[in-house]
Amino acid sequence: MTETGISRSGKFKVPRVVISAVLLAILFAFYITIQPRGFSTYVMTIWSNQGLLLALAAIAQFFVVLVRGIDLSVGPMIALTNVAASHLLSGSLGEVALGVLLVMIVGTGCGLLNGLAVVVGRIPPIVATLALGSLYSGVALLLRPTPGGDIDETLSDALTYDVYGVPTALIALAIILVLVAIPLRRSRFGMSLYAIGSSRDASVMTGIRVPQVTLAAYALGGFFASLAGLYISMLTLTGDPNIGPSYTLNSIAAVVIGGVALSGGVGSPLGAALGAFILKTISALMFFSNLPPLAQPFFEGAILAIAIALGSLGMLRVRSRLERFL
Amino acid sequence: MTSLVEFSAVSKTYGGIPALTDVSLTIEAGAVHAILGENGAGKSTLMKLLAGVITPNGGTIKVDGVERHFATPRDATALGIVCMFQELSLMPHLTVRDNLLLGDGGPMLRLIRGAAVKAVRASLDSVGGSHIGLSSLVSELPLADRQLVEIAKAIHRRPRLLILDEATAALTAERVETVFAVIRKLRDEGCAILFISHRMYEIDAVADRVSVFRNGRHVETFAAGTRNRDEMIGLMVGQPLTELFPPRVAGPAMSVAPLLSGRGLSWERGLDAVDFDVRPGEIIGLGGLDGQGQQYLMHAVFGVLKGVQGTLTLDGKPLGGVTPRRAKAPGVDIALVPEDRKTEGLILDMSIGENLSLAGLSRKPYGLTKAAGPADVAVARLTERLEIKLKSLDDPVKVLSGGNQQKVVLAKWLALSPRCLLLMDPTRGIDVRTKAQIYRLLQELAGEGLAIILQSTDYEELIHLCHRIYVFYRGRVVREMSGDEVTPDALIAAALNAHSNTAST
Repeated sequence: MTETGISRSGKFKVPRVVISAVLLAILFAFYITIQPRGFSTYVMTIWSNQGLLLALAAIAQFFVVLVRGIDLSVGPMIALTNVAASHLLSGSLGEVALGVLLVMIVGTGCGLLNGLAVVVGRIPPIVATLALGSLYSGVALLLRPTPGGDIDETLSDALTYDVYGVPTALIALAIILVLVAIPLRRSRFGMSLYAIGSSRDASVMTGIRVPQVTLAAYALGGFFASLAGLYISMLTLTGDPNIGPSYTLNSIAAVVIGGVALSGGVGSPLGAALGAFILKTISALMFFSNLPPLAQPFFEGAILAIAIALGSLGMLRVRSRLERFL
Repeated sequence: MTSLVEFSAVSKTYGGIPALTDVSLTIEAGAVHAILGENGAGKSTLMKLLAGVITPNGGTIKVDGVERHFATPRDATALGIVCMFQELSLMPHLTVRDNLLLGDGGPMLRLIRGAAVKAVRASLDSVGGSHIGLSSLVSELPLADRQLVEIAKAIHRRPRLLILDEATAALTAERVETVFAVIRKLRDEGCAILFISHRMYEIDAVADRVSVFRNGRHVETFAAGTRNRDEMIGLMVGQPLTELFPPRVAGPAMSVAPLLSGRGLSWERGLDAVDFDVRPGEIIGLGGLDGQGQQYLMHAVFGVLKGVQGTLTLDGKPLGGVTPRRAKAPGVDIALVPEDRKTEGLILDMSIGENLSLAGLSRKPYGLTKAAGPADVAVARLTERLEIKLKSLDDPVKVLSGGNQQKVVLAKWLALSPRCLLLMDPTRGIDVRTKAQIYRLLQELAGEGLAIILQSTDYEELIHLCHRIYVFYRGRVVREMSGDEVTPDALIAAALNAHSNTAST
């Protein structure tokens, strides 16, 4: 007899990350052809620096989305850590090193607070991170009402230029991705993050400490937001309390483009980073296109919509109307 | 033999409804203990208690002679109690390897070594899963392979008490034999196994002891082989509640033309060439084990599924391109009372009145006016007829009891005066009194000429209410029964597909 109640896809599926990478390559080629300075170290460095910044924000968002949450405080956490950096990143080498550590602690602490509100307070992630995000923005404004501050230039120069023509930002991103990917794929902790997003019930039945792991996911989100905050400081050499807002929504857009499922359990930091670079490349493309400025948002939106639609082609295979809207 | 787990006078109620009453039971190490009972007998509550998913309201559970309270599955696992729940034990987006590794309780932060992966492979091979790749995603595996992975995952944790809930339901006879060999080996090593299955021949093959549950009570425990199948089924069914059901009424003659017919209905994920007919005034039953395609047939008729092959005929004319909207339209007049009233049948936060008018919204005047249209009048009449107990139509529907909620769902659809009513397990989790009311109502409606298709997991309903019963097995109708053929034993035998070769795939 035929096997019933069984869905067998059988077909070879192209990994989602490959689709994102190809899309990025096409967009990047486009960008290089219309960018007046062409393919040069200068262009590459600017592109990589901007990309790394959003990639860090996207990785912050990735960890929270992975456990079926969402973090609306990514932008505020970036602003707060950027402001903190503008107070802490100057002086001797030792002082700067301590400053970096403190900024990371601030970010991780914010993430942990988000996690506590969600796990212990049982507040829906969208509400908890919106409220706490406002709080972080407020603290950033109190710490530095107007942009300013002092950032160590040696560190900035080391991280924002290039090494033998290769942008430092790309090298840093590669190191970060490797350092994140190994424990994520090869430790029980990393697998637990995927497990909770995939099926909370099954995770509980499997004996995973769901509350603790969820908390850790939010804390990791805060940690990567602090890295983004630090990197903004490197790029701008100031602390700006109003820098956050665009990063929250762009980080969500980046993870979606990069193939991270908002329903949890699917995706990778590499995908999130690719999504961030795709988003940045689209903006850069618009900047150098000869499109009238007022038409640019329309085309940026259209390209974004197509990119996201490519990722949800699977919907066409849904066989029951009840599943389509889940 | 030493007792591993001891239940004394354990009770569990959900919102006042008893699920398990005063159960005392001993589970011994080194034995396979089968639990028998129909749906709702308390088997799953028993397992959830053991697995630490729920806590009892009364009584004590002793493990190794020490009283224990487990709050989470982790606590149960720490004592060596591992439970394999159907469809609940695996993370679908993870690979087979990750699923098995996550259960083994190893250190969280250390990187996984080759030895751990080899152990996973060995566990999977031991249950006959050597053909399953460790890096396959669970969501992409066929159901049978998924079940093997679930069993391997449970065994991988080296349990002292292994609970298997319908663990072999999707497996072919050959694979079942491999799994049984593993179970016997574990038993011989001193592991206790709690085995829950609907397949009598599996219980005959593997069980050492058998306990029968009925209506949340432990009826009897005996050594396997001391009772024959008929006696065991007799214990499961108990005394039939004759007063629950209205007296039988003869159905329409076979010469009456069917209102709705299906021919060769197939759907890739669970229907295989199903034919059916339902006449005005007839109650048709869809029986069989859970999830054999009955639900899909209902969804196919109501236009929920995409890509259904075969033809539907209404009033002798072909009915194509059905969607829920078209199914309920005047002229077609099909209504579906869905399986899960809380998510599919009602919008819990909306008022009773609003819920009642939802199905009729698309009818003139398109819900734009609050004036008492014909549908509203029908609703008022129906709340009376169904004896829906409510204070005010403006109360949210969630304040009603389960039985009254179900009556609201029924009234919502009956307000459209359908000609064909599809009912999916309409009395699940409903108190006996309301059940009896619903049964009487269904019979009255049939008497008024409504064609009714009733899918139920409660075979007594099918036996007492239906004029004809289609029994499903793996997406096919394996038997059509009517009249005197319909007995509990015959129905169960047909549901288990006992008379045909289940080994074929």
